Amino acid sequence: MNPELQGRVFAPTAPYLVGREKIREFSRAVFATSPLNHDPEAAIAAGYADIVAPPTFPIVIQEATLAQLLAEPDAGIDFTRVVHGDQRFSYTRAIVAGDELTATLAVTGIKSLGGHSMVTSESTIVDRAGDHVVTAISTLVVRGDE
Amino acid sequence: MIAEIGEVVAEKTYTLTRDSLVRYAGASGDFNPIHYRDDVAQSVGLPGVLAHGMLTMGFAVQPVVEWIGDSGKILDYQVRFTRPVVVDPADGAVVTVVAKVGALTDAEIRIDLTVTFADQTVLGKAQARVSLA
Repeated sequence: MNPELQGRVFAPTAPYLVGREKIREFSRAVFATSPLNHDPEAAIAAGYADIVAPPTFPIVIQEATLAQLLAEPDAGIDFTRVVHGDQRFSYTRAIVAGDELTATLAVTGIKSLGGHSMVTSESTIVDRAGDHVVTAISTLVVRGDE
Repeated sequence: MIAEIGEVVAEKTYTLTRDSLVRYAGASGDFNPIHYRDDVAQSVGLPGVLAHGMLTMGFAVQPVVEWIGDSGKILDYQVRFTRPVVVDPADGAVVTVVAKVGALTDAEIRIDLTVTFADQTVLGKAQARVSLA
């Protein structure tokens, strides 16, 4: 992997419009049964503008940024050798239906360990007003030649 | 939501089937074939089709969400992927989540998750910080 990736910041992704049915579909897939994830009236009663996405939903928006990273011509990352090492979400607020979100990835760490390389990136996700919603942090492990 | 350190606040068992993986692939957009094709999984040295790590991360926090009643109170959620969850085509995979209070202040509570498949933990440092405000 190219050590010069350290510190690189990518272009913001195209805006992602969060749909109500997408939240319901994602909720069913992760066994999220809370009325806040499915029922607009329950979500509004709890103070939200619309139904609430489950905590790991930001991966859907982050994914576009990781695709940018893997496709970077000089990155030297063979995606067939990539394993997800760890994942973190730091929230300012929950994502709700109707949000229009963009994500900007920055490479925050590159290291090698026993023939493997690890790349840590932070994807900062903001809403239409530019206000912070959540930061998604991933470490991808690129396995070395066996 | 009164709790003390070490207290188990939620415990739940999830049965994943191949259908669960197809459903998660569609919902998340992660169509890596190691999550639905045994031949591809085996060609890269895996015993068979695996659950998406992000699927395990996704449901592992749900017992916490059910306990607090509002996922908007979660400040931070992190996991390390330490072992794969192999999903048998006929029997699926049974994954157990135990959520315990790891730390507590006036402002927030840290829930530590123990996520187990076939008697081994599959996530490391799985923690959710929840606001008490």
